[in-house]
Amino acid sequence: MSAETHAGEGAGTHTRPDAEQAEGTGTPGAVSGGAPDASGTSYIAQFRVWRGDIDGGGLEDFKVEVFEGEVVLDIVHRLQATQAPDLAVRWNCKAGKCGSCSAEINGRPRLLCMTRMSIFDRSEIITITPLRAFPVVRDLVTNVNYNYAKAREIPAFVPPQGLGPGEYRMQQEDVGRSQEFRKCIECFLCQDTCHVVRDHEENKQAFAGPRFLMRVAELDMHPLDAAEESGLDRKTTAQDEHGLGYCNITKCCTDVCPEGIKITDNALIPLKERVADRKYDPIVWLGNKIRRRT
Amino acid sequence: MTQVERQQWDVVIVGAGGAGLRAAIEAREQGLRTAVICKSLFGKAHTVMAEGGIAASMGNANAGDNWEVHFRDTMRGGKFLNHWRMAELHAKEAPERVWELETWGALFDRTADGRISQRNFGGHEYPRLAHVGDRTGLELIRTLQQKTVALQQEDYKNFGDYEARLKIFQECTVTRIMKTPVEGGAPGEERVSGVFCYERESGRFFVMEAPAVVLATGGIGKSFKVTSNSWEYTGDGHALALLAGASLINMEFIQFHPTGMVWPPSVKGILVTESVRGDGGVLRNSEGKRFMFDYIPDVFKEKYAESEDEADGWYEDPERNRRPPELLPRDEVARAINSEVKAGRGSPHGGVFLDVSTRMPADVIRRRLPSMHHQFKELADVDITAEAMEVGPTCHYVMGGVDVDPDTAAAVGVTGLYAAGEVAGGMHGSNRLGGNSLSDLLVFGRRAGLHAAKYAAGLKGEERPAVNEQQIESAAAEALRPFSAEEVADGAPAENPYTLHQHLQQSMNDLVGIIRRDEEMAQALERLAELRVRATYAGVEGHRQFNPGWHLAIDLRNMLLVSECVARAALTRTESRGGHTRDDFPEMDREWRRSNLVCTLADEPVSVDASVQPGEAAERADRGRIDLHRRDMPPIRPDLLELFEKEELIKYLTDEELTTE
Repeated sequence: MSAETHAGEGAGTHTRPDAEQAEGTGTPGAVSGGAPDASGTSYIAQFRVWRGDIDGGGLEDFKVEVFEGEVVLDIVHRLQATQAPDLAVRWNCKAGKCGSCSAEINGRPRLLCMTRMSIFDRSEIITITPLRAFPVVRDLVTNVNYNYAKAREIPAFVPPQGLGPGEYRMQQEDVGRSQEFRKCIECFLCQDTCHVVRDHEENKQAFAGPRFLMRVAELDMHPLDAAEESGLDRKTTAQDEHGLGYCNITKCCTDVCPEGIKITDNALIPLKERVADRKYDPIVWLGNKIRRRT
Repeated sequence: MTQVERQQWDVVIVGAGGAGLRAAIEAREQGLRTAVICKSLFGKAHTVMAEGGIAASMGNANAGDNWEVHFRDTMRGGKFLNHWRMAELHAKEAPERVWELETWGALFDRTADGRISQRNFGGHEYPRLAHVGDRTGLELIRTLQQKTVALQQEDYKNFGDYEARLKIFQECTVTRIMKTPVEGGAPGEERVSGVFCYERESGRFFVMEAPAVVLATGGIGKSFKVTSNSWEYTGDGHALALLAGASLINMEFIQFHPTGMVWPPSVKGILVTESVRGDGGVLRNSEGKRFMFDYIPDVFKEKYAESEDEADGWYEDPERNRRPPELLPRDEVARAINSEVKAGRGSPHGGVFLDVSTRMPADVIRRRLPSMHHQFKELADVDITAEAMEVGPTCHYVMGGVDVDPDTAAAVGVTGLYAAGEVAGGMHGSNRLGGNSLSDLLVFGRRAGLHAAKYAAGLKGEERPAVNEQQIESAAAEALRPFSAEEVADGAPAENPYTLHQHLQQSMNDLVGIIRRDEEMAQALERLAELRVRATYAGVEGHRQFNPGWHLAIDLRNMLLVSECVARAALTRTESRGGHTRDDFPEMDREWRRSNLVCTLADEPVSVDASVQPGEAAERADRGRIDLHRRDMPPIRPDLLELFEKEELIKYLTDEELTTE
């Protein structure tokens, strides 16, 4: 399919799916073309969707029917079913739990499935573009391998020696902090919005991004993580290997987090404080000196 | 035909949800080179949507709990149609599988004394579900994902390559299982030699040669219109198994979760966790009545409260009070809601009311049910701390699946093929208890990975079956057919796969849904035949690079096969049991308890590939693709039967079965 622009013809090519389909099957009642069988009012919205691939592309205009209570992902699905069958988009659960349908709506990183149409003015043109910080694969799908590469660089949980399965004892207030970070659905919106990498490809090598710095914080706050006993200091590696120092706590990550995780306040700032404690702790300083000498 | 890349692995796992990843971890820990192929990105599998918890009789909340109690609950929940050996293994091994997750970094909610907290759920006698708020599935998938990465880090240290022994092929789809004749074997004897796949991003085909393949593809919910399932749930593993010569059992049993969202229409079907009821939420009709008291079936009469006072007392004092009927197994609650709505006592949008707002303080609701709070606020403008939710049944889970050996998870009849998790049949009988899915994934995922690894390790180099070129060619041709779909005979354009999918979903929803009737299911089979014909004309636009229309056209084959299994089995089973309710046969029949309905692929004279014209393919598709036969269940082992009171067994087992004890 060519990337031609459908400006102005969207409304004309649109068919009411229920009318078209009921005929085909002889189904009594409405069969919906991705459209809900709602009797509520509908309207025609204007969309502008980026289409293309690594070699280039552009915004394509669509006019599409919107029903009560719908989210942007419903509209993308309707476009696929009625106007652009090969429109590429990632999605899975459509319930805000899997973090697949990340894209930028009017320039803001969002989940398509958790963005309700009712937040937009009916006459507004809604623009959907792929995540900017990652290379485009096709249409709204980007190559997010950067994130999987960074995930591998964070040393895993180190189980405590001498505690067998079933013997772990932890208090709720102690696991609560790390649990907040484990709410992360890996939508990578924070990775996309973070200004350290958003327009700075060159920083990607050294910077793990908010999601994975938060992972370091999560492990560092895990009540039973035995990294330190195994000779791994997560605070030092956060700074030296995962680029914590690049973060200057502008809280953009927290702003876009669909899970409402306080990434900056609860993960990154405390981690920075621990790094500072470690660095300027005289005993640690002395210990490092001695160890280096032997 | 262009050259298709071949890769060699020891074990290939199809699916990266709970079962697939647990299988992969096990196979890799057995020292085998293991590849995982998954349709989505790594970490996005449907398991993330599990909310309530993992059932395991650790006895942290009530010391009276043990595997025997869990076994009993599971058998009752499945109305004794469960394969008893699977239910036994599951109940015995679940605690170890949960504890093991902690050693991989999982952080479950805690009891006051620091152990894993356990919550109440439908059909479970004691609080049994290990959980993390209402996002337990996410914790499970993330823990398994991170354990996978930990193993890759180990391999990096040893081999300088993260993917030396465990590699994830994300956003790839398997379209065929390959088999090869056994050299020196009996005539016609074949075994698994690999899988045929395409990569979504490029549309490129590739073949994974491996002697052992584990199916862990999940369920079939996308064949129904109102479902809690994600787009991946197109019955791929079920269909792949059938096409490879395996059998499916119990396909008539579909779990309609009683509580899905009903409003607004675009979110209809999205799951509302059972934890809402486990933690104290109640169901009410439009008259404000807690109607579940009217729907306690005879087999459960002794175990459920008769009054609201007794039910409410149970949360604090389970010794002196019986359980609230809101916590009956899911099939019972779903039917009850259906009946209330039908009787005109439904909520404004065709559901019933599920209320926690009058039962718990707002801050407790926000802490224990954070996802639900968020989901209703964001998607429905409903604050569940202040008002009731509207809920109704949604297609949630298929009890049926690949016929497997209970101990090894090996698919019966196909050497080298294994299945675990939702794609496997037998474990849950006619109805699955909440919480038993996540534990099932772990217990049988591990077993499948272990036995697949053992089998692969036992084959010496030259015994490794190779994939033959001809199979690759026909698999490639089959996958490419949607690009060359001819015009339909009367000159109409090629069929739109999205339209076909919508018709399939509507048909299954209307005709093989929660309440079933003979004529409707017969009509469903006619519709399916018609859709099969139309699907041979399904065409797609564009090219092979990340083309969702094409992917759907391929998935349609699987959904149509699986839907036919469901409809045929449902039409044949003339009783009501668990996730199969017949309006025309409303009673449970003890004779039927002894039987599984077994689906296999019907013989086809010639395979449908590119050399077959669409018209001809259509003719072939016109008749059913599925054969069905009735098979006796193995008798329950006597020591397991002794775990039940005789009075209870009488309700399920025939007199003959009871006397041969």
